Amino acid sequence: MTGNGWFQIFLFFGAVVLLTKPLGIFLYRVYERKPTFLDPVLRPIERLIYRVCGIDDTKETDWKDYGISMLLFSGVSLILLYLIERTQQWLPLNPQKLANLSPDLAWNTAVSFTTNTNWQSYVPESTMSYFTQMAGLAYHNFTSAAVGMALAIAVIRGVARKESKTIGNFWVDCTRSLLWILLPLCIILALALVSQGVVQNLLPYTQASLVEPQTVEKQAPDGTKSQDTVTTQVIALGPVASQEAIKMLGTNGGGFFNANSAHPFENPTPLSNLLEMLMIFAIPSALTYTLGRMTGSAKHGWAVWSAMAALFLAGVLVAYAVESRGNPMLKGVNTVASETQPGGNMEGKEVRFGIANSALFTTVTTDASCGAVNNAHDSLTPIGGMIPLINIMLGEIVFGGVGSGLYGMIVFVILSVFIAGLMVGRTPEYLGKKIEAFDVKMAVLSILVSSLTILIFSAISIVTKAGLAGISNPGPHGLSQILYAYTSGTGNNGSAFAGINANTLWYNSTLAIAMLLGRFFSVIPILAVAGNLAAKKHVPESLGTFPVTGLLFTVLLISVIVIVGALTFFPALSLGPILEHLLMNAGKAF
Amino acid sequence: MTPNPQAKSTSFGDRKILRNAIIDSFWKLDPRLMVKNPVMFVVEVGAVITLVVLVSNLVQHHGDFRFGLQITLWLWFTVLFANFAEAMAEGRGKAQAETLRKARAETEARKLRDDGTTELLPSSKLRSGDVVVVAACEFIPGDGEVIEGVASVDESAITGESAPVIRESGGDRSAVTGGTRVLSDEIKVRITSNPGETFLDRMISLVEGASRQKTPNEIALNILLAGLTIIFLLAVVTLQPFAIYSGAPQSVFALISLLVCLIPTTIGGLLSAIGIAGMDRLIQRNVIAMSGRAVEAAGDVDVLLLDKTGTITLGNREATAFHAAPGITDADLASAAQLASFADETPEGRSIVVLAKEKYGLRGRELAPHNPVFIPFSAQTRMSGVDMDGREIRKGAPEAIKRYIAEKGQQVPPEVQEHVARIANSGGTPLLVAANHRVYGTIELTDIVKGGIRERFDHLRAMGIRTMMITGDNPLTAAAIARQAGVDDFLAEAKPEDKMALIRNEQAKGKLVAMTGDGTNDAPALAQADVGVAMNTGTQAAKEAGNMVDLDSNPTKLIEIVEIGKQLLITRGALTTFSVANDVAKYFAIIPAMFAGTFPLLGTLNVMKLRTPESAILSAVIFNALIIIGLIPLALRGVRYRPLGAAALLRRNMFIYGLGGVIAPFLGIKLIDILISWLRLA
Repeated sequence: MTGNGWFQIFLFFGAVVLLTKPLGIFLYRVYERKPTFLDPVLRPIERLIYRVCGIDDTKETDWKDYGISMLLFSGVSLILLYLIERTQQWLPLNPQKLANLSPDLAWNTAVSFTTNTNWQSYVPESTMSYFTQMAGLAYHNFTSAAVGMALAIAVIRGVARKESKTIGNFWVDCTRSLLWILLPLCIILALALVSQGVVQNLLPYTQASLVEPQTVEKQAPDGTKSQDTVTTQVIALGPVASQEAIKMLGTNGGGFFNANSAHPFENPTPLSNLLEMLMIFAIPSALTYTLGRMTGSAKHGWAVWSAMAALFLAGVLVAYAVESRGNPMLKGVNTVASETQPGGNMEGKEVRFGIANSALFTTVTTDASCGAVNNAHDSLTPIGGMIPLINIMLGEIVFGGVGSGLYGMIVFVILSVFIAGLMVGRTPEYLGKKIEAFDVKMAVLSILVSSLTILIFSAISIVTKAGLAGISNPGPHGLSQILYAYTSGTGNNGSAFAGINANTLWYNSTLAIAMLLGRFFSVIPILAVAGNLAAKKHVPESLGTFPVTGLLFTVLLISVIVIVGALTFFPALSLGPILEHLLMNAGKAF
Repeated sequence: MTPNPQAKSTSFGDRKILRNAIIDSFWKLDPRLMVKNPVMFVVEVGAVITLVVLVSNLVQHHGDFRFGLQITLWLWFTVLFANFAEAMAEGRGKAQAETLRKARAETEARKLRDDGTTELLPSSKLRSGDVVVVAACEFIPGDGEVIEGVASVDESAITGESAPVIRESGGDRSAVTGGTRVLSDEIKVRITSNPGETFLDRMISLVEGASRQKTPNEIALNILLAGLTIIFLLAVVTLQPFAIYSGAPQSVFALISLLVCLIPTTIGGLLSAIGIAGMDRLIQRNVIAMSGRAVEAAGDVDVLLLDKTGTITLGNREATAFHAAPGITDADLASAAQLASFADETPEGRSIVVLAKEKYGLRGRELAPHNPVFIPFSAQTRMSGVDMDGREIRKGAPEAIKRYIAEKGQQVPPEVQEHVARIANSGGTPLLVAANHRVYGTIELTDIVKGGIRERFDHLRAMGIRTMMITGDNPLTAAAIARQAGVDDFLAEAKPEDKMALIRNEQAKGKLVAMTGDGTNDAPALAQADVGVAMNTGTQAAKEAGNMVDLDSNPTKLIEIVEIGKQLLITRGALTTFSVANDVAKYFAIIPAMFAGTFPLLGTLNVMKLRTPESAILSAVIFNALIIIGLIPLALRGVRYRPLGAAALLRRNMFIYGLGGVIAPFLGIKLIDILISWLRLA
């Protein structure tokens, strides 16, 4: 660990702190339909959209209609993407003449992008046409993020409102997310990325001559081996910058290229790297302030934020420490950080980012359900790889996905408040709303769905031929690969221990189910809670009410999150990364 | 408050209860009963599975029989211990119900026929509306209302209080309870309940826990516990595939041990005991809650409405001083005041007589020769007094006396008006005394605020509960007493309908309101309040309307009821936290033990340095079972409640039960492990 490394980590953290309030206030103004400086341009467009789509923007709905609208919208979008993928070879903007996708891969990808997961079982530059990238994937990057934000706002309204039957209008919340927040920010950020060298074109891939020809071994179908000299390289291009911005800002994470944010055309410089990480945390962090603002308790917003920040810092600390320490099995190799080398475990990392920015990016992308990567998670040290795994297992609530992080966090807030309420001898209240059996039931259900999905699919995969076929390493690392895949899918993260070959019928179909369960089956109970809370009477605060602000609440919230997560996954983790770590220290690698 | 003698004789150590509880814990193994408690049901299923595997291993001669046997036994103990906790809690109520049942024993009733004659019939044949005659030494055959006569009644069967109470027709002391005994005189009682629905019947079923329904909060907690159980069930079930992949498949004993240790058995096993014990604690304080919901609501109360008289102040106002008008001596005033009060049977009237006697030695006055004509208090004149020897002596409220002397063109002297104003301002009640239309002076009646009440209100404030005094006094007097007693707010010149409006108003603001009441006119407000405590001395209507009855008829007890309600919730929360926090240590005991054979390196996680894998698993299971027994006294007694603000209380309980819950099992499991290896059990 170096001073420079810590400086970069805290530079990033400081920027997140500064962004939270102003962006949070802006989000609040947008969703509460208060005037903003963008109104003169956007209001006419908004009105036009409502008129064309026949939306009555003055009408709000209850949680059920809100949920149905959300499911319908996501469902239709999903089918649309599936159709584009299955017909791309006949569609325009396909200079590389890429073929249609297989049904299971197309389905997996369609689900993946609709659920804001962006798990990629394919190599984008050799699979997706420009048209599919732009009209299919980028479209979902925007809409799945907008859906998440709308849901978060609806849930906040449920907490904030008193004796109200409605929690908002899905179409209005979605439209405003897109027009006021995602589109303007993406235009600016895409330009910023272009300034750093991110490409933006619709050209066919170019051929380049290698400076140093490479000799590779080739195996013919009959088994005979031959040497082959490679002198040229195909360089993939495309409309990258425009997609990169929303990929990060919408915590989507689906790379334009297979190497994702490690690719120099996606993430060329340390500055672009910092920008991309900030884009991941910006909206999830700001939403905590919006929560405080809309519920009239700014301190509560900050208390929730603090819990997220503490868990984030803990993760980054461990990840940075273990990656800097490197692999003890590399005996006689100098892994000390110096002026000339970053030191530590550099396997799978880009030299332009080094240890600190790789550990930080890994923590950020898995805290938030982004899943973009600037280094290979599969190559992290066992404990370094356990950090992203745990981050996702906690439920993608450490800032979390745009919107989904906040509403996921509110589930834990409800559980914390319930326990706290019991311990102070009062029927638990959350910001004046009594937490009763129904709310607890739904909160528990929401957490159950995710945990069960991860554990059950991983357990089946680890003992079946179809599952075991995908892993690339034996022993505990193979277990980690499978665990990571389903954790990532269920948590709608999308990053992977990339050694796993998931482009099989088994993984494509089960991961698609995991992603759907993780997104939709866990949000419906939360919406139900929101609807239920909105209808409740407000109980004024008294000295006997447990405060949901301040350090005590933050500590309690963190404890509940860590205990629930740790207790659920400790057995699996002990046979995966923990065992691998102990074996590595004893001199055995996988 | 008088402790109930029956409750006293049924303390925790009682042998009979203990024996019955042990027997009951076996009866409760019935899966049809167990399934109501999902956590313990899972343990029972686990115990059955290990038993089956144990037997099949024995037949096939494989596996470690000694280890399997011990695990199986301790799993059954875990279930039995939980059942025992519940049976213990129920036992106290059952013993009490038995005594109550004796009181309900069949009695003869003398039913009054329309023609005025009586017929003898068993009390179980009485219907609501029947009128019975009860004479001295007879049992009152059913709940009812005295419609004629006055009698002293021994109610000790219900209240435990041996001093007889007066029951009379009309007014707020007309309700009688079946099973109590008339000591003197004869009364006519109109029966108000049908057989099986009497107060005693309800009380029996309540203390027995027969009609106990899960309270809303208990249901919510049960859902959380069921959710945790499902998560841990899956964590353990999926561990086997992971273990098989890792080349270390686990025995059924190890897996079920892990499962039972992880699911929240501590709180699951004690949950119903806590609920029953909470009701029982109320009963020990002579309060009968009509539902568990009411007890829980008591813990949530935001506003306490307290009647001034009897709750905040001692019974009634007392005369504390005489202030004579100019030209009149204090002794003259005292004499006149005493004469005017001889026929006044109200406590205030008596206190005037007493004060005159004590201060001016006016005693043993012979009035008969003077042919006194006593003028009773009337609502029109609002005065009372006496006419004798041609003198008209009157006492009454200042306004009334003013009107009275104005008839003869007299006026209240300014000095006296000053007295009146000063007394009213300081919370007292001024009465004027006049003789022959001349004002003699002022009697100062003072409310005596109960000792220690101020501190109790301070406690309530710390708990976040607002106290509100209800009084018929004028606002000035009310404000002075409110200040003196330290209540947060008051409602002066209150009529019954004002009380109702006040409750509705607070409830509309989302607050929970508690109140006490005894009169029939309190009934609507008692019904409207979230917690309505009716006094046992009160009318039948009041007792029907409230959701609790205080057998001691002590209005201050509302404060204790609130504390018991809070204590109930806190005990649940504390033990839930403790239960879940325990899991950390159990993981560190069992996981390394499971895989130590295949991966000795995982022994690093064996931070407790437990001797052998078998001993580690066994220690965790034993700790898990014993902690249930160990916490039974706490569950029955309840976590001690301290009147602190929510944040301070949470910090304290998190520290004790959260942090303590993490640390305690590390020590406990290590200790058991040492014992096991010393005894060579594993």
